[in-house]
Amino acid sequence: MTATRSAERTAAAAVPGGQARLPGLWRAGAARSSVELKAFFRNKQSLVFTLMFPVLLLLIFGSIFSGTVKGTQTDVKQVFMAGIIAAGVMSTAFSGLAISIALERDSGMIRRIGLTPMPKSAYFAGKLVRVVVTTVLETVLLIGIAVVLFHLPMPSTGQRWLTLGWDLGLGTVACALAAIAYTALIPNGRSAAAVVTPVFMALQFISGVFFPFNELPRWMQSTAALFPVKWMAQGFRSVFLPDSFTVVEPAGHWELSRIALVLAVWAVAGGILAAMTFRWKSPKGQTS
Amino acid sequence: MVVGAVQPITVRGLTKHYGNHQAVRGIDLDVHKGEVFALLGPNGAGKTTTVEILEGIRNRSAGDVQVLGSDPAQDRRSWRARIGVVPQSTGVYLDLTVGEVIGHFAAFYPAPLPVAQVLDMVGLTEQRKKQTVALSGGQQRRLDVAVGVIGDPELIFLDEPTTGLDPVARREAWDLVRYFADRGKTTVLTTHYLEEAEALAQRAAIIVDGRVVESGAMHELGGRADTPTTVSFLRSPALDGRELPPLPGSSAVETHGASVSVLTPTPCAVIRALLRWAETAGTTELPELRVHQPTLEEVYLDLIRRNRQTASTGSTS
Repeated sequence: MTATRSAERTAAAAVPGGQARLPGLWRAGAARSSVELKAFFRNKQSLVFTLMFPVLLLLIFGSIFSGTVKGTQTDVKQVFMAGIIAAGVMSTAFSGLAISIALERDSGMIRRIGLTPMPKSAYFAGKLVRVVVTTVLETVLLIGIAVVLFHLPMPSTGQRWLTLGWDLGLGTVACALAAIAYTALIPNGRSAAAVVTPVFMALQFISGVFFPFNELPRWMQSTAALFPVKWMAQGFRSVFLPDSFTVVEPAGHWELSRIALVLAVWAVAGGILAAMTFRWKSPKGQTS
Repeated sequence: MVVGAVQPITVRGLTKHYGNHQAVRGIDLDVHKGEVFALLGPNGAGKTTTVEILEGIRNRSAGDVQVLGSDPAQDRRSWRARIGVVPQSTGVYLDLTVGEVIGHFAAFYPAPLPVAQVLDMVGLTEQRKKQTVALSGGQQRRLDVAVGVIGDPELIFLDEPTTGLDPVARREAWDLVRYFADRGKTTVLTTHYLEEAEALAQRAAIIVDGRVVESGAMHELGGRADTPTTVSFLRSPALDGRELPPLPGSSAVETHGASVSVLTPTPCAVIRALLRWAETAGTTELPELRVHQPTLEEVYLDLIRRNRQTASTGSTS
């Protein structure tokens, strides 16, 4: 048994570079994904803050809000429920991801796996699986609760389902890549939540999640328009609200192509920044 | 056997500076296949910087570095699969059990050791299902070692592997180092514990202030093989006032009151002569007879002291 193993190993070493026998992206990515998901679902902090926080906000504000948005027949609650989905995406794809990377960097985990022959892309594949699984779960939870408890109507046409799909997909990618880039600003694991959460909260408030976007001050609207949450929320409104609601939208229509464009630009810019700032070798403190 | 003929580590003129600070000032190293090579030196001497450059996780400023036939800066995956690293800082693997962590790292290597075998080797079999955060400091250190060797590496870097371990766990870690050495693997060991270096390493380099001030076989380090041994004893009343016999070899004698110290390259011959001399004086015992060879620690401390003096009198600092 031992003899066979070592014979095999000698044979492997004889292959120039031995590359053929190295576990590739698929196997290493599967190992990373499994660890990512275990870590997410076992960690109370990520479960409560990342996954349950938007659900909690939905339950509380869904029970508080009443009446219709000025100038429309649409329930304020429905506008909020469409918006909270965007907040949910940002929570799992941005906050959750940024905090997890900051903690891994601080604990030396990123440096440690950089010392293995793991394909570097496998780390990001694992993060992708984590973000996709948690974001889909978050979205299903939010839409499920909104539909069951607060009578949000399901999307009425195939077109609207399609919009839900691409808005969710593009928004998730944009938030996730921005999160990887944003971790460059997080000095250590302990301050991660403090550096990430204010951005998450502020963007929710100025992006028309809690308050109808058209009722916000002009400067706030233009600031929010620079970030993805406002556009994601607008896209989700186009999925769940009647087309008559567009009278209070900034452009007078849903601006679907602009939403796609802004989210795509964020994804590309976030990806470039992430690639420029992500460090495998970043030393943990200055050692001898 | 071209592969076997390549020396695992060859370093020539390695330098590294951070801004104006010169951390490594021209280091040469040769590590031979199958040996345990110790890197010794005070904190901040440049040991860890050097090791991190060899591990391919820090860029060098200048110099030639070959590790297993490749430049570590290339960071090739097939090269990574052949080296194992136990870094200085203990890794934290959040929300995972010991067995999961080791199994996870095993998935990155082409021919990993069996997880159960590695758990057994580091003595963590009973902790297999434990969350890693619940481990003691020493157990976490052993988990680091397990993660470092799971890929069955040809070349292992151990950066202070036994810091924080109790004496029993330290001996177990030593056995692990010997296990890999016995299988023809090469180990680079950075340590503060000189008895650890002495117990495990065949050769060593001492780094002070970014330079190798001494390197070679353990028993020859710092001219240890040539340093005379000290034979010392007290003159008992029976020996008081008697002239010492002629002592063989080129022995030097120092006396402080009743205490006599003989520095000699041939301690056995000196003792034989002294015993005969005592017998003729009617006594068979030499009180407080001691034979003292300079320990690695003495050689080391002496080297550090001499080099610091040179550095402080030199113009560079």
